[in-house]
Amino acid sequence: MLRYALKRFLSLVLSLAVASLIIFFVIEIAPGDPATFMLGINAQEDTVAALREELGLNGTKLSRYLSWVSGMLTGDFGTSYTYRTPVAQMVADRLKVSLPLAIFGLLLSVLIGIPAGIYAATRRGKGGDIAVMGATQLGVAVPNFWFAMMLVLLFAIKLRWFGAGGFPGWDKGFWVCLHALTLPAICLALPQAAILARVMRSSLLDVLGEDFMRTARAKGLTHLQAVWRHGVRNAFIPVLTIIGLQIAFLLAGAIIIEQVFYLPGLGRLIFQSINARDLIVVESVVMLLVFSVIVVNFLVDLAYAAVDPRLRSRE
Amino acid sequence: MSLLSIKNLTLSIHGIPILRDVELAIAPGEIVAVTGESGSGKSMTALAVMQLLPQGAEIAGQIHLSDEDILAAGEDRMCALRGNDVGMVFQEPMTALNPVKTIGDQVAETILLHGAMDRAAAMDRAREVLARVGLPENRFPLTRYPHELSGGQRQRVVIAMAIALRPKLLIADEPTTALDVTTQAQILELLTGLVREFGMGMLMITHDLAVVAEMADRITVMRHGEVVEQGSTGDLLTNMQHPYTKMLFQASGHKVVLPAPPPPAPLLDVANVVREYRLPRTRLFSRPEYFRAVNHVSLVINRGERVGLVGESGCGKSTLTRAILGLEDVQGGHIRLDGEPVFSGQSPNLSVRRKMQVVFQDPFGSFNPRHKVERLITESFHLLDNPPRGAARQDAVAEALTAVGLSPDDAQKYVHEFSGGQRQRIAIARALIIRPELILFDEAVSALDVSVRAQVLDLLADLCRAYSLTYLFISHDLSVVRTVTDRVIVMQSGEVVEEGVTEQVFANPKHPYTRKLIAAAPVLPELGVVG
Repeated sequence: MLRYALKRFLSLVLSLAVASLIIFFVIEIAPGDPATFMLGINAQEDTVAALREELGLNGTKLSRYLSWVSGMLTGDFGTSYTYRTPVAQMVADRLKVSLPLAIFGLLLSVLIGIPAGIYAATRRGKGGDIAVMGATQLGVAVPNFWFAMMLVLLFAIKLRWFGAGGFPGWDKGFWVCLHALTLPAICLALPQAAILARVMRSSLLDVLGEDFMRTARAKGLTHLQAVWRHGVRNAFIPVLTIIGLQIAFLLAGAIIIEQVFYLPGLGRLIFQSINARDLIVVESVVMLLVFSVIVVNFLVDLAYAAVDPRLRSRE
Repeated sequence: MSLLSIKNLTLSIHGIPILRDVELAIAPGEIVAVTGESGSGKSMTALAVMQLLPQGAEIAGQIHLSDEDILAAGEDRMCALRGNDVGMVFQEPMTALNPVKTIGDQVAETILLHGAMDRAAAMDRAREVLARVGLPENRFPLTRYPHELSGGQRQRVVIAMAIALRPKLLIADEPTTALDVTTQAQILELLTGLVREFGMGMLMITHDLAVVAEMADRITVMRHGEVVEQGSTGDLLTNMQHPYTKMLFQASGHKVVLPAPPPPAPLLDVANVVREYRLPRTRLFSRPEYFRAVNHVSLVINRGERVGLVGESGCGKSTLTRAILGLEDVQGGHIRLDGEPVFSGQSPNLSVRRKMQVVFQDPFGSFNPRHKVERLITESFHLLDNPPRGAARQDAVAEALTAVGLSPDDAQKYVHEFSGGQRQRIAIARALIIRPELILFDEAVSALDVSVRAQVLDLLADLCRAYSLTYLFISHDLSVVRTVTDRVIVMQSGEVVEEGVTEQVFANPKHPYTRKLIAAAPVLPELGVVG
């Protein structure tokens, strides 16, 4: 088990190194000079050159890459070209909204999707299954901003249970913030829950056809006992893969939802930075996202091993 | 008073009749074998007793377990009976255990479920039962997972689960079909021992008449969902009434007559072959270790000769087969067909590959279901420099299909339209169509029913006469190898331990391992007594 974890960890470090290289050089070759952009088209040549010097845009590519990476390792993400504030601080402020939103969304997605999938699998072909499958079909097909608009119309404008958008800040209290994040989290979670439910259902149906499920019944377990004790854990591996993919999406893919609910999240930061050619912010945020995806994949790998003993002993 | 009594049992699933008027009785301590070919309803009879029938099952008649009316018992009552009063052992030990739970937990689950004792006592009982089935704790700790055990050991775990609460009735559905002969002998001995020791009744379902004849007290023969004949083993074997029973027994011991092989002229030359696999490293920086699956094996197959290759699973016979086919490189020695190496560089040597064809075990999995028979059997034409086209191609297809006893019209059908035996004929046609010098039969008749198997063996003998085939027949079934080969090679742990003229090896085995194999194989009683 330890060797398995170590091996996965090595692959994590390698992926991060490769990812940082790719991100740096891809963004480097993107057109548009930040200094010119910041000073406007009519700026003096020497002013631009001075700013380029100040921003550190003049060194060799390699030295700039190394200073970027070593800065990140020490928590120094550089200074935003547009706002002239530390990127680390900007990202941290946005994460205070995006991370709780992602976790909230993930929890909802898992709590709705997995039970729905299990329920549908145990009632295969019956009314409950058809209803759940129909609902997930809608969940997958309908874009989440439409959900967002409908939820706002219903809960914010008609019923007035929730605000229509905005984020009060954590200093206003935990429950107030949670309340503000509820509608966005539901919008984020619904399509993900629909996918999870479908994967859980088909994976569990596969497992239910296995011989050991029949063995479990022959021991005297009821159908439901057999499903819970022997089916669900075996069916979980593909579901874990999907959950891992969803975490990354929930963290970065919330741009539209942040826009609809006017939340100061990571997605909007990326959007604004790209528009402003604030490359250092884009680089940092993308690197952060890659980092979180790779870490999540590492955790998913560990979770596989926890679920399936065969993986533990194979490596 | 019988332990299990089945009367007028009729079953249909989604309106399709499966069982009709089945009658069966088992007394305590008695072993009753239900036998028959696939589709005879023997497994469904067992599942009916367990009330674990598939959806859409409609059942009528009576099943009584002691005084209990099974068909009137509700699902709750059945859950209480299963595992407690009736235990069941299944065919496929590799998949019958939950891969993510330890064997100790899985055995203890049966005990805990029925509330017989608390957790500590249940683990003690699990330990005791596992030791009883031959898995003592010092060698097989309760924390082992199924994937850490062999097929025979897994089957012992399944048996331990079934007998943990000493049920009155044990149902064993093809418990040894997936196992090697020596493992089969051990498992059968274990089951018989348990039945005698606990005074259980046992319903044993098997297609293997030799097994039936050796261990059953009474035999029930089924066909198409009906009982055609039943009686005590001695009576039934000496005095079979029903033609189907006679046919079954005759087909099981079916023998064919091969034409005499031509004078020896070497075709395949396997010299000193070593095949190794790299094992996963045990430590991060240790030198990789290797598992030697085939260890310095040499053998020669002469033109027109039929050679058998026998041995238990893991003995290296499949690895050797793949090496002969040139699918994998070898780490030592050489394999030559007609003087040319079968493996050259990174790929099989085409000029040699066209001289070899293979027929696999599984008639259901070894065809692409989307292709028509014509395309399937002409696939090997791509090996030829100048494959027949147009009318010549049609003729080749027609001839190959006719040779294996099918009709030329079958070329336009899909494989799902054929039965298992017919599919195996198609597989043979596919091998035959380019007139290979050598055919490898890898367990080619093992998945077939006895009557179908007998027909396919007859077909082989016919083809030997018509095309003077040369083949290597790889099988764990000694009785089949005995009849369709001239010479036999016995492998154990990657090495050839004995080799010789088939009849001589079987009649007078020299190596202890060969003797053990032959002794372990259940023997069909002599059929001279059959009227």
